[in-house]
Amino acid sequence: MKLHLAIEELHRSENHLAGALLAMSDRHKADHEVFHVARDIARWSQDHVRALARIGGDFGLDLDPEPKGDPTVLEKARQKASDLLGRSSTPGMLLLADLRHIYREASGTSLDWELLAQGAQGARKKELLELAERCHPDTLRQVRWANAKLKESATQVLVS
Amino acid sequence: MTRIDRIAEPWGTRTPYGPGEQWPTRVDSHLADGLTEADVDRWVQSATILHSNGDGLDIAVKDDRIVGVRGRAVDRVNHGRLGPKDLFGWQANNSPDRLTEPLIRRDGELVETDWDTAMDAVAGRCRELLAEQGPSAISFYTTGQLFLEEYYTLGLIAHGGIGTNHVDGNTRLCTATAAAALKESFACDGQPGSYTDIDHADVIALYGHNMAETQTVLWTRILDRLAGPNPPKVVCIDPRETPVARHATVHLAPRPGTNVMLANALLHEIIGNGWVDAGYVEQHAVGFEELAERVRDYPPELAAEVCDVPVERIREAARVIGTAERLVSSVLQGFYQANQATAAAVQVNNIHIVRGMLGKPGCGILQMNGQPTAQNTRECGADGDLPAFRNWSNDEHIADLARVWNVDPMDIPHYSPPTHAMQMFRYAEEGSIRFMWVQATNPAVSLPELGRIREVLAQERLFLVVQDIFLSETAQLADVVLPAATWGEKTGTFTNVDRTVHLSEKAVEPPGHARPDLDIFLDFAHRLGLKDKDGAPLVKWSTPEEAFEGWKECTRGRPCDYTGLSYDKLRGGSGIQWPCNDEHPDGTERIYVDGQFWSDPSYCESYGRDLVTGAPLSPVEYKAMNPSGKAVLKAAEYVPPHEVISEDHPFQLMTGRTLYHFHTRTKTGRAPQLQGAAPEVWAEMAASDAADRGLTEGDVLEISTPRGSVEAKLRISGIRPGVVFLPFHYGYWDAPGGHEPDGKRGRAANELTITDWDPCSKQPIFKTAAAAVKRLEKADGPSPAPTTTGSRPVTDGVPPTTGGDAALCTEELATVAGGDR
Repeated sequence: MKLHLAIEELHRSENHLAGALLAMSDRHKADHEVFHVARDIARWSQDHVRALARIGGDFGLDLDPEPKGDPTVLEKARQKASDLLGRSSTPGMLLLADLRHIYREASGTSLDWELLAQGAQGARKKELLELAERCHPDTLRQVRWANAKLKESATQVLVS
Repeated sequence: MTRIDRIAEPWGTRTPYGPGEQWPTRVDSHLADGLTEADVDRWVQSATILHSNGDGLDIAVKDDRIVGVRGRAVDRVNHGRLGPKDLFGWQANNSPDRLTEPLIRRDGELVETDWDTAMDAVAGRCRELLAEQGPSAISFYTTGQLFLEEYYTLGLIAHGGIGTNHVDGNTRLCTATAAAALKESFACDGQPGSYTDIDHADVIALYGHNMAETQTVLWTRILDRLAGPNPPKVVCIDPRETPVARHATVHLAPRPGTNVMLANALLHEIIGNGWVDAGYVEQHAVGFEELAERVRDYPPELAAEVCDVPVERIREAARVIGTAERLVSSVLQGFYQANQATAAAVQVNNIHIVRGMLGKPGCGILQMNGQPTAQNTRECGADGDLPAFRNWSNDEHIADLARVWNVDPMDIPHYSPPTHAMQMFRYAEEGSIRFMWVQATNPAVSLPELGRIREVLAQERLFLVVQDIFLSETAQLADVVLPAATWGEKTGTFTNVDRTVHLSEKAVEPPGHARPDLDIFLDFAHRLGLKDKDGAPLVKWSTPEEAFEGWKECTRGRPCDYTGLSYDKLRGGSGIQWPCNDEHPDGTERIYVDGQFWSDPSYCESYGRDLVTGAPLSPVEYKAMNPSGKAVLKAAEYVPPHEVISEDHPFQLMTGRTLYHFHTRTKTGRAPQLQGAAPEVWAEMAASDAADRGLTEGDVLEISTPRGSVEAKLRISGIRPGVVFLPFHYGYWDAPGGHEPDGKRGRAANELTITDWDPCSKQPIFKTAAAAVKRLEKADGPSPAPTTTGSRPVTDGVPPTTGGDAALCTEELATVAGGDR
């Protein structure tokens, strides 16, 4: 039984995704929708981290239930830099690169949920399967957001 | 015939009526001092413009000047009534400070010039940028104040001619969520309600909608039902003690920013108690299971805590709504301008769908508009939609529009959702939009975080064109100012919230060299030399009536079908509701009858968006969700507001309006009776909050957020504790600063608001920001806030708001209901 490895990996990747979303949010404070939505949906990943830590106990894991925080000093510095850079056109390319990164990270996390769900189904772990069914849709929404935002932002950045 | 002070009595005299009866006629009129109807040379047909209600009226003309107005008894919307803004607001047309000549910036100063010079500068800069950067440099920030013909022409020029995706209006601030919520639930814009539903309703629920002040005549209709036999119950959700709240059977005053929590709790009760039309849901809706599962997590106890509303009152509201037999709901800025705007407004649609209360007398939803012609910006493609509710992500719709316009489909931008207003300002801020043409709106006062907006608009690298009737705050920042004609000085049509189309005829000439907006757009298209794909002029009309005929063709077969209308048909009688075509030659009172929607994947306007992230659904996702054109029940989780109170900023700031003013007072501030009723900004606070801080009525306060500060006199009102309210009407055009604060503190509420919007409708948030309050000076008298409205004082010693002799208006009650004049 290697389910614990899948849970551990997912716990890591959700933590990473939350961190990536928060870092991206900070880098684009002058892009208000990106700033706020990235923070709102980072919370989904943080919830998943807590839920995975909770269920990990049943599989002999001792995972940290607290999502990795974002250092506030760094956060402030990034936000300030974004405000200062907000009047130039270079953040556009950076935004596209960040969205591309989030898309890939979230897609990887989505695959991890699929793996976990397959394993849970095979091992008839009902609670674990329910967790995957509850959380995976959030991850898919994160994927779709990154994709849609990229599509929406690309034209103006690339043709201007 | 009686004469009453309509400043002191904004809703006039009651004409009670019972359920199912016709609303009695009462003809309101106001003429300039000393004139009687016998003095009037002619009456010219039009409708009201200082709100979205669309009340039919006639303009009185004497010696080629507008001298007054009179409600049209035959009109289905108002049965003769007018509101205070209509009765007095027309005087602004005759203001001595109207713009009469174009202005151009020379050596930093705006100076008078001629039309040729001004338009050459506008078209020349546009051409230069098109050559240098392409259409991505060009944007149009339009309005909810022009006429249908003007929007359609502008939409054609911008989308079909220039090929820019950057067309949106101030309607983004007021009706964007109305449209977005309808698109989510019914996959198409178009109001499922009719004003006549009020005649039949047994329950009327108003969600964040102070109808008494925003649509005074529609509220008068409700007051007359309330005064008659078997009155409806009223449910009011509003943090302020508005006139609506005072008439409510149940009033819920939630913490700002918690609407989705509250709405989910109402649905929790409605579904939990089985107040559901299961047959209707089964046949006509998708998504019920997901909704039921979602709202299971939102019991009233949880909502009571988060919203700070008594739990039994939530249950009572749910019971009243859940057991209604004929339910009318209306929704406005309390929902639209708060966080999670679309998600909250959609829950109101959900209530109607699960209760099967659509398309029948007394069962309607009014996702309200704020402006008179907001509906037309949405229909005509001047607000970030494509004309006639075509779907930007449906290639066949683009091909069809290209056929109507005789252009290549590639020429119509449809690679992504049309750029919304807040994003346009963001692009201007980062420098990729370099040309912005603002029409009949005043973003330098109306947009959030004014310090930022002024900086964006004042940039050297942005070419700013402002088309207006007065030198607004925004116009003062322009490179070119174009003087426009307004209502009464040009002809066109416009459509109100309940799809009623009115004709508004020209009554008098515009002042000086001011021109109708349509003529300005046509001149621009001509100077740019815009052509269709066969080399003929792109815009094929030169008069409003020809433009209307062009629009009719564009709407053929679409939900907002105008093909059965004409200027002649609209002349003389009542306004007419679309769809109006061969099948429905007299218009259509109710849509969505028998659960028939416009949501088929091949026909619908929109595939919808994720309510939290705003990501649009793909055609494939939509087809999988709703293959056979049903209504869509969309569930939403509660997400708390982004700016929350702290020790430094302990109050939640809400902005809003008063009955006596419209927008930034460009017209109402120039009507003496209206300006006198609400002459200066004020701040509202609850009695308990004032007592805690030792504040009294009339104290001079500073209200501040991290973005700025405003000085205002305190009105202690019935608002809920923890909230401070500021009206947003007061800018700087009649203050020493001109276009900005003169000194440290401003008086525009938007100095304080946050730049943040609902990701789904893109409507900015004006109802949740964290603010600090401190006293600057002790009171030397009460604050200047009106006493007749939501700002009614709760302390003694405030003199009542009256208008005196200058505000006396005539009321003529018909002896027989609905009588013709």
